[in-house]
Amino acid sequence: MSALQKVMGWVDDRFPLTATYKAHLSEYYAPKNFNFWYFFGSLALLLLVLQIVTGIFLTMNYKPDAELAFASVEYIMRDVEWGWLIRYMHSTGASLFFVVIYLHMFRGLMYGSYRKPRELIWIFGVLIYLALMAEAFLGYLLPWGQMSFWGAQVIVNLFAAVPFIGEDLSIWIRGDFVISDATLNRFFAFHVIALPLVLLGLVVVHLVALHEVGSNNPDGIEIKKHKDPVTHIPLDGIPFHPYYTVKDIVGVIVFLMVFSAIMFFGPEMGGYFLEAANFIPADPLKTPEHIAPLWYFTPFYAILRAVPPMFGSQFPGVVAMGLSIVFLFFLPWLDRSKVKSIRYRGPIYKTMLALFIVSFIGLGYLGLLPSTPIATIFAQVFSVIYFLFFLLMPWYTSIEKTKPEPERVTG
Amino acid sequence: MKRLKNFLLLLAAAPVVAFASGAVHLDRAPVNVADQDSLQRGARIFVNYCLSCHSAASMRYSRLQDLGLTEEQIKDNLLFAAEKPGETMKVGMNKADAKAWFGATPPDLSVIARSRGADWLYTYLRSFYRDDSRATGWNNTVFDKVGMPHVMWNLQGEMAPVYKKVGEHEVIDRLELIKPGSVTLAEYDAMVGDLVNYLVWMGEPDQLKRKQLGIIVLAFLAFFFVVAYYLKKEFWKDIH
Repeated sequence: MSALQKVMGWVDDRFPLTATYKAHLSEYYAPKNFNFWYFFGSLALLLLVLQIVTGIFLTMNYKPDAELAFASVEYIMRDVEWGWLIRYMHSTGASLFFVVIYLHMFRGLMYGSYRKPRELIWIFGVLIYLALMAEAFLGYLLPWGQMSFWGAQVIVNLFAAVPFIGEDLSIWIRGDFVISDATLNRFFAFHVIALPLVLLGLVVVHLVALHEVGSNNPDGIEIKKHKDPVTHIPLDGIPFHPYYTVKDIVGVIVFLMVFSAIMFFGPEMGGYFLEAANFIPADPLKTPEHIAPLWYFTPFYAILRAVPPMFGSQFPGVVAMGLSIVFLFFLPWLDRSKVKSIRYRGPIYKTMLALFIVSFIGLGYLGLLPSTPIATIFAQVFSVIYFLFFLLMPWYTSIEKTKPEPERVTG
Repeated sequence: MKRLKNFLLLLAAAPVVAFASGAVHLDRAPVNVADQDSLQRGARIFVNYCLSCHSAASMRYSRLQDLGLTEEQIKDNLLFAAEKPGETMKVGMNKADAKAWFGATPPDLSVIARSRGADWLYTYLRSFYRDDSRATGWNNTVFDKVGMPHVMWNLQGEMAPVYKKVGEHEVIDRLELIKPGSVTLAEYDAMVGDLVNYLVWMGEPDQLKRKQLGIIVLAFLAFFFVVAYYLKKEFWKDIH
């Protein structure tokens, strides 16, 4: 026995190191027909690590103080060695995290990855998405620019629209009557400690649930139905390591090229990743002409604005915005189709999914613009389509004729 | 069907409606942060004309060495408001006084090019005109009723508006030189170009380094991609 084997044996008697490695990597059998859309899960994990590591380094020089915060970010950009690189990694990473998560979710919609037996994977995933939105919102206050300040003001004011307790609730969240130093401090605490812990925990359960039932694939069929009679390994399964680790490295490099192209040559991304108005220090006395949330929130912001105030209250809009995410949780039970993957569904689901995506992107675009009567009409049309995708799903998925699924995975 | 047609028409008009809201025409600023001579001239104008009222509190004098200046040159020629080159570009003027004199505290200029944009600054600094109704005697076509006076008037000279009728209203068509300054208008434009170039550089002093590093990183990734691609291919050749 070699020295290494001895050490491993010593550890394995005390900790399931080899067993864990086998269960999650070398003997975790993933379907062999993963396509382009299956890169985004590992990319999301990469981004989570990147955000945490760059975040740790930013915290070393950032000052969560209303008097110092803005200047401390510029200090990082100028006086800290490689500070600009770390800051741009973090800001570019934040936006690209959402790009990756949206594509990851779209993959789930296309191939029915939320369907039985993967309902919990999906639910944990939606929770991750919610936590990520909270994390991004809290983090955006920290540079303490005009958009940080007024964006937070607008969003926290949404809570004030809740009947009866709204006013008190919004003051409780801010810790003050307006966004202030107290708000900045608590948002900082949540951004660097509370939500990263929640995110990490959710990612662990997301992966544990995934590895319990096994990965879905573009055909939406279960590879565990056909196992080798002797080894009990799925016939269409291949070990995650080395096959998908070497494949994901290629995906990671392509992703890093996109990441680098943005970060090194246009970190502001035309004002979508870093807004021009956020280079003006927060001024509670001067409201900017146009307050728009960052691009990844704009679909929901557009839904909020599309709902007219009722009985003098914005609350219905807030409810609609909340429901637009709540519906995602019920997706596994709304879909009644006999098949999972879009490959074997009929034209109705394909049309509905296409309309849903167009509406989501349309809402995202409208949410960036100032509110005009025409834009509101568009936002209303798109919002209705967004909700009909979910509300009519039990009906259109059950009446639709589907194609027969193959027994074994195809190319 | 008619409804659909109207809807499509609306769709086509949406971008136009969205961007039609009143924007002043902006001239394109001649920005080139690789041009050290221009940046040095811009830095000199900045220190002489801007820094008496505006701060650039995130910018250290010593950083001007990036523009090819030595510490001695900085000390001798540019260090008016500070003792040591390691200090940041603060301003002596009291904030309360500034507010009383100009109606607003002059903003810090460290990242002004990133919030306003180079073209806005370039056009703004060339668009002051005589307006006796204003306390300072100056107004600006880009920033109406601005609190800032025309600091470089002795260079550019005095401009007056030429009006034209649009419907019922008289609007400013263009500005006309009524009293020449110490340089020609073309020379003044070039000076403002240098100044704006400097402001863009100061907004992110590491921007050239960022782009240079980007090329190296992308080249490395491209090489790494080829290696990773063939590694994947080698591993996957037995999967059918």
